[in-house]
Amino acid sequence: MSIGIEHYLVVGAILFVLGVLGIFLNRKNVIVILMAVELILLSVNINLVAFSAFMGDLVGQVFAMMVLTVAAAEAAIGLAILVIYYRGRGTIAVDDVNRMKG
Amino acid sequence: MIDFASSFALVMPELLLTAAGLILLLVAAWGGDKLARPVAILAVSALFGAGVMTVPGLHFGVDGADTYAFGTLMKVDSFALFSKALIYLAAIGCLIVAPAFFNSAAAGAERGLRAEYPVLVLFATLGMSIMVSASDFMTLYLGLELNSLAAYVLASILRADQRSAEAGLKYFVLGALASGILLYGMSLLYGFTGGTDFASVRAGLEGELSTGQLFGLIFVMAGLAFKIAAVPFHMWTPDVYEGAPTPVTAFFATAPKVAAVALTARVAFEVFGGQVLAWQQIVMFAALASIVFGALGAIGQENLKRLLAYSSINNIGFILLGLAVASPAGASAMLIYLFIYVAMSLGSFVALLMLRSEDGNLFETFGDIAGLAVTRPAIAWCLLLLMFSLAGIPPLLGFYSKFVVFQATVEAGLVVFAAIAIAASVIGAFYYIKFVKVMFFDEPAGVATGKSGAAHWVLLAITAVIISPLGYLLTPSLTDLADKAARALFMAV
Repeated sequence: MSIGIEHYLVVGAILFVLGVLGIFLNRKNVIVILMAVELILLSVNINLVAFSAFMGDLVGQVFAMMVLTVAAAEAAIGLAILVIYYRGRGTIAVDDVNRMKG
Repeated sequence: MIDFASSFALVMPELLLTAAGLILLLVAAWGGDKLARPVAILAVSALFGAGVMTVPGLHFGVDGADTYAFGTLMKVDSFALFSKALIYLAAIGCLIVAPAFFNSAAAGAERGLRAEYPVLVLFATLGMSIMVSASDFMTLYLGLELNSLAAYVLASILRADQRSAEAGLKYFVLGALASGILLYGMSLLYGFTGGTDFASVRAGLEGELSTGQLFGLIFVMAGLAFKIAAVPFHMWTPDVYEGAPTPVTAFFATAPKVAAVALTARVAFEVFGGQVLAWQQIVMFAALASIVFGALGAIGQENLKRLLAYSSINNIGFILLGLAVASPAGASAMLIYLFIYVAMSLGSFVALLMLRSEDGNLFETFGDIAGLAVTRPAIAWCLLLLMFSLAGIPPLLGFYSKFVVFQATVEAGLVVFAAIAIAASVIGAFYYIKFVKVMFFDEPAGVATGKSGAAHWVLLAITAVIISPLGYLLTPSLTDLADKAARALFMAV
C-alpha cells in the first residue's frame, strides 16, 4: 500500500482533534493545555507540509517555518504567564482558575 | 519582480512603528522604569506619526492594483487605511490614560508605569496594522500573532495581581486555541485551492465547494469569530475584561476589535466573496446571537467592566449584521458603526479610569457609582451621554450608527433580522438605563476623590462631543471615507 495525501490528512486531523479535546476535557493542569496547543500547531504543520509536497509548491513549507517560529514564541509567553500565575496562586490546577466567574 | 521602493512607500506606517518599537525596547531595557514616561511619550508620537501617514491615502481614496506591496503579501487600500487610522487613534487614547492608572494605588503592589508597557502597545498596534492590510494568509497569521502575543502580556502586566494573571492565562489559552483553529482552516484552504494569497484562494473556490474547502471556510470563520468575541465564541471576554488592568481593557475593547473586524470583513469579501451564500447565514446567526446574548448577559452583572464586556459583545453583533448584509452599503455601515463604537467605548473606559475612591482604588461595581451625579457631576453627565449613546437613544450619535446598519439590512431585504436586532437592542437598553439610574437617583455611597489629569478630561470631552448631537456634523465626511473604504474592499470582486 502506498502512502497517499489522505493518510497525512487523517494524522493531521487526529492530532488536531486531540489538541482541541486536550484543551476542553483536561481537568488536571494548565501545562497539559500548553501541550495541547502545541499539538494543534503541529497538526497544522503536517497538513501544510503534506500539501506542499504533494502539490510540488514551496509556499506550504515556508508557511510551516513561520508557524514553527510563532509556536516557539507562543510557548515562551504561555509559560511566562503560567509562572506569574503560579507565583500568585501556588497552584496550576485548571479547576482553580476561577477567581472570576459569571 | 517586486518593486521594493513602492512597496516600502506603501508600508511606511508599519516601518515607523517597527523602528520605534525596536528602539524603544532597547531604551526600556537599558534605561529601566525611570525612563517609562519618555518612552510612553515617544510611543504616542510614533503612533501619531503613523496616523498622519495614513491621511493622504485616506483622503483621496486608494484602491486597485497599485495598492499591493511585496507582490501580493500586503494590500494598502482605503479600507486598510481607514482601519489603521482608527486603530492608531484608539491606541493613542489608551496609551495617554495609562500612566495615571499605573502610578496610582489602583495598580496594587507594583505601583509605577513600567517602561515595557508602551513598547508592548506599539508592537500590538503594529500587529493590528499588518493584519488589516494582509492579503495573504501568511501575512494575516503573522500580524494576528504579533498582536495577540503582545496582548497576552499586556493582560497580565500586573504580575502581583491574581486577577490580572488569571486574565492573561485565560486570554492566552483561548487565544491560542483560536489561532490554532484559524490556522487549521488556512492549511485546508491552502491544500484545496493551491495558494495562500487571497486572490488565488478565491480563484480556487469558484463553483461548488468541496468538503475540504467548506471545512476550511468554516474553521477560518470560527477562528475569526473567536478573535472578535462573537457568540458562540465569546466566553473569554467578560473574564479577560474584568481581570485585565483597566487601561488594558480599554485598549482591548477598542483597537484590537477594529483590527479583528476589519480582518474578518476582508477575508469574508476578498477570499470568500464568491461564496457569499456559504457564510452569510453563519455570520447572520453569530450577529443576532451576539446581540441577544450581549443584552441578556449584561443584565445580572454587578461589575462595570464585565458589563462593558457584554456591551462590546452586543455591539459586535450589530457590526456583524452590517457584514452579513454582504453589500458595499453594509460594509460602509459597519465601518461607521466601528468608528462610533470606538469613541463610545473609549469614553466609557476613560470615565471609569477617572473615578477613584479614597484609598485610590478604581470604581468597579454599581455600588461604587451610586449617586455619582452629586459627587462628580461632570463625569456623571458624560457617562449619561455615553450610556444613552450605547443604548442608541435618538439625539446621540449611537443612534445614527445603529440606524445606518439597520438601513443597510432592510435595503438588502433582511427585514426579519433587522426586527430581531431592534427588539434585542431594546432589552439591551435596560442595563444602560440602570447605569444612569444608579448614578442619578441612588443615594451617594462611595466618596469619589482623586484629581484626574487634564489628558483624561480632554479625551472624555472629545468623545462626549463626538457622540453628542454635534457629532452629526462629522457624519458626511465619515460616510464619505467609509464609502471609499467599502468600495476598495469590493474592488477585488
